[in-house]
Amino acid sequence: MLDEETPVIYGLEFQARALAAQLAETEAVRFYVGTQSLKFDNQVHRLELDEENNMIKREVFHHGDGEIWHISASPTDKNVISTVYNHISPEKSCTKHTAVWRTSDEMNPTTEIRNLKLLTKLNTSSMGEDIKCTHFHPTEENKLLTVVDGTFAIWDLNAAGGSCDATTKGAIEGKGQPKFSTAKWNPHQGKSNLATANDMFIRGWDTRTNQEAWLIESAHNQLVRDIDFNPNKQYFLASCGDDGNSKFWDIRKTKVPVVTRADHSHWVWCVRFNHFHDQLVLTSSTDSRVILLSAASISSEPFGHIVEEDSVNEEKPVPLKDGVLAVYEEHEDSVYAVEWSSGDPWTFASLSYDGRLIINQVPKSEKYKLLL
Amino acid sequence: MGERSSEAAAMDLDAHNFNSELYIQTVLKKCTLREVMEKEAHIIRDTQTLHSDMQTLVYENYNKFISASDTIKKMTSDFKEMEAEMDLLAANMNSIANFSDQISTTLHDTRQKLTQLSSVHTTLQKVQFLFRLPHTLKQNKEEGSLSLAVQNYTRALGTLKIYSHNVSFSSIHKECDEIMEGVKDQLFGQLSSKQATPKELGECVELLLSLGEPAPVLCLKFLQHASERQNEQLQGMEEHLRVGDQDVIEFLDVGSNDFLSDICLNVATYNELFAKKCQIEEGDDPSALLDNFVHEAMDKYLQLVKRKVEDEQAPGTEATVLVRALDRFYRRLQAASTLLPGPNYSKYGMEVVVQAGHRQSQTHLKNMQAHFVELLSNVRQTLAAPKLSLTVEEEKRNPSSSNLPELLNTLVAGSVDKIKSCLQDLKLFLQSDLTFSLKQVFRSKFCCSVREGFVVAFIKFLMDTATGFCVPQTPPTLLLLLSKMCLEMESSTVNFLLSQTDEEFCVEDSAKGTTRLVLCKQLHESAQKLLDYFVRTQGLNLSQMLRKSVETRDWLSTPEPRTVRAVMKRVVEDVAAIEVQVGSLYEQGIQQERSSDSSRRTQRKRTNWYAPSQIDSTLASNLQKLFSERIEIFSCVDFSTVSIMTGIIKISLKTLLECVRLRTFGKFGLQQIQVDTHYLQMYLWRFVENENLVHFLLDEILGSTVHRCLDPVLMEPSVVEMICERG
Repeated sequence: MLDEETPVIYGLEFQARALAAQLAETEAVRFYVGTQSLKFDNQVHRLELDEENNMIKREVFHHGDGEIWHISASPTDKNVISTVYNHISPEKSCTKHTAVWRTSDEMNPTTEIRNLKLLTKLNTSSMGEDIKCTHFHPTEENKLLTVVDGTFAIWDLNAAGGSCDATTKGAIEGKGQPKFSTAKWNPHQGKSNLATANDMFIRGWDTRTNQEAWLIESAHNQLVRDIDFNPNKQYFLASCGDDGNSKFWDIRKTKVPVVTRADHSHWVWCVRFNHFHDQLVLTSSTDSRVILLSAASISSEPFGHIVEEDSVNEEKPVPLKDGVLAVYEEHEDSVYAVEWSSGDPWTFASLSYDGRLIINQVPKSEKYKLLL
Repeated sequence: MGERSSEAAAMDLDAHNFNSELYIQTVLKKCTLREVMEKEAHIIRDTQTLHSDMQTLVYENYNKFISASDTIKKMTSDFKEMEAEMDLLAANMNSIANFSDQISTTLHDTRQKLTQLSSVHTTLQKVQFLFRLPHTLKQNKEEGSLSLAVQNYTRALGTLKIYSHNVSFSSIHKECDEIMEGVKDQLFGQLSSKQATPKELGECVELLLSLGEPAPVLCLKFLQHASERQNEQLQGMEEHLRVGDQDVIEFLDVGSNDFLSDICLNVATYNELFAKKCQIEEGDDPSALLDNFVHEAMDKYLQLVKRKVEDEQAPGTEATVLVRALDRFYRRLQAASTLLPGPNYSKYGMEVVVQAGHRQSQTHLKNMQAHFVELLSNVRQTLAAPKLSLTVEEEKRNPSSSNLPELLNTLVAGSVDKIKSCLQDLKLFLQSDLTFSLKQVFRSKFCCSVREGFVVAFIKFLMDTATGFCVPQTPPTLLLLLSKMCLEMESSTVNFLLSQTDEEFCVEDSAKGTTRLVLCKQLHESAQKLLDYFVRTQGLNLSQMLRKSVETRDWLSTPEPRTVRAVMKRVVEDVAAIEVQVGSLYEQGIQQERSSDSSRRTQRKRTNWYAPSQIDSTLASNLQKLFSERIEIFSCVDFSTVSIMTGIIKISLKTLLECVRLRTFGKFGLQQIQVDTHYLQMYLWRFVENENLVHFLLDEILGSTVHRCLDPVLMEPSVVEMICERG
């Protein structure tokens, strides 16, 4: 009998750094992975964890237009994804594009490699060259967010056919042409806000006015790599960066972080709140590690135990404290992405540059502490 | 014993139980003939002398006898004359006796009258005294000799009471009473007058008591007055305290003299007056009142002393004067406390002294902290200064790091010296001629507060301050310096300081306090933390440079490489500069298996794993990883130069690797990276513990670049070498 905590490993043939959970799927543990190869045809893999056999089922789609730098999945339609990719022309020049695709219906899984169907190409040519990411809006299925150089754009797919122009744009001003490194929708505050990171700054934007709403100056000593909003608690934001730290912020008080963790030994690339138990936070780093953190003191669940009188005699597990819960060391190269599954709150996938995808679980003991 | 002595006596010619037979036998037995002859001659001689002596004596006695019989004859005749005269005398004496009888019978009446008269006279005198009493009392009162008045009054009081049914006497009594009321008033007045000394006060109270005033009232009055006086004294002291015109010795001296002696006197008087004489009615226990009074006064006094001592302990003041003052204070208080009722005030005094000791060590701690902060800011300034005057190039040739050991010494030795002088000052509290220094209570508490409150607390402060610099703004050199300082403290200074403290302050239970081991461990941790932070900071600084250089270049359309990029040279230069800096403080450390220089010169043999086959490359790189250990990028470093440098270089190269992976390269871009990595390989190996590490990371960089290259064609190794050697 297999131990439930044994990681499941899946190897891609190419290098990869794009990973997304299939958000619209709430039953199965499913992830999308995009490959990154300059020389071969790139692919999008849709992977499903077969929990009974502890195996991974896969579907592969051609992504012939270029190497995938970023991938995201629609929160409403299981078969819609967006990618940011690098297209190489025959003259050996590179241009970055972003587009929304439809995968085939998953009712008839086959082993053959199928093509993705292009839904909409998002037209970024007027905004700059370096596209970092495209995210679906957390609830409105036709709304997307893209950052290009120093500009963010919001798209509305409803009005679009094969290509789409931005409905809203916003840009940062500053010397040296600042470029965004990433952006995220804010799932709170009417879902009309978003946050961007550039260099050491994290900014909040109000999309109704496209004005800066708040600013965290020098959030990290070096480049900010990733940000993530706490999905269950307003105002709380996690960030990570090249200084090897992960920080947690209350965006109403932007001077100092609420919690700072320095658990990794190199750049931290990715930080993710668990959607159900937001005290669980995953970080992945170029030191080839994935770390499961507990940020119980700032989670939406009450911190510290409210002692019920009739439970005095019962032996309760010690409530979670802040700190590292588990370190996953199965990767051998830099881990650029980690994602919680949308189907099972205890499962997550991490992807390292060498194309190794690992699906792991929250340790049982920690799980029980949260549940009991 | 008795037998022997009797035997000896029998042998002694002069003894009175001399046994001649025994003697002769013994002599004949024991002595030689010659000796017997001699003895015989000797005895004969002695006998002759005795004979002549006897004759002389007999003759002399005979003479005396004759003269005595003469005298007796003469006396017999004289006595006969005397007999006749004695008879005459007897007759005369008889007649004298007769006459005397006659006279006494005649004078008997007269004598009786005289006795009567004299008794009448005394009564009259008494009556006169009584009649004149009001006057006398008035006079006394006016003259102010109140005690006389009271004496007179009490003398007359009994008589007056007996004859009070008589109108005239009762009026006198009344009058006297009135006057005495006045006297009492005066006495009460005196009692509440402020000038009265405790002695006068005592007299006053005594008089009032003898006038039958109720004791409890007097008790209260007395104490009230006494406390007023004492309060005045205390206020005086407070005034001095406020103005600050006395030094601490004078202050405590005056206080002890005036206040303590007065309070002792008061207590003594009180005891004499009240406690012994009157068992006062229920409820008002006189000793309780007294206790209250003493307690209150002493409380205030001790408060004042405390405040003064506190005032005296401004930062930087030496303890010499204070210690003397405290000694005097304590000595007096100890003496006084035996006289004072209630709790043992010397205990409170000890508290004051202990607190003063504690505060003194606290003051020194604050001093030391300020001193250390100052030293540190000086060091920071020195560190910052040369950077203003020197250009980067100059700095590299003539690194400011040469003075790092010197600065380190300033920090450590400066602190230690100051601690030593502080300890000297604190030792003043333990001079053996001080009364309190001999008390175990004081010693243990004081020594504890010196050790824990001063020495240990300072070392902890030092660590906290040092580790507090683990923030991004700190200049890396300072981090390095502080780390070394903590290490230095751990290796020697702490041991030295603690053992010296333990020894000089006779700390017996040093195990109870912070142990040396714990402290050393904490220092080691601090040193490690600072050093790690230094490595991280320096690594990130280099990383930043590398990242910018990779990010800002268009690698697709870069021209064919002709030189090593400037940033690589800069990195190597910076690494060298850091090494000089680190090397001035830390030992070299061990480098592993260094291959010879000549072999390094040759281009290292690279496997063909960057060939266009994707699968092969992954396999090859994974195989390589199988055989090499996982590289901890920001891992803890040892306290040696190579380890530190390895840490910094690891971070920088890993950054370069990550940056390269984010870009896409053209043919020449790849070749530029090839040149750059070769250049780094040429220069960086000498700084690290294990050169394979550098090789591995550089291989990884080049490998990743090949992956990210659209047209992966490498340069001829010989050309690469040529470019690199050209500089």
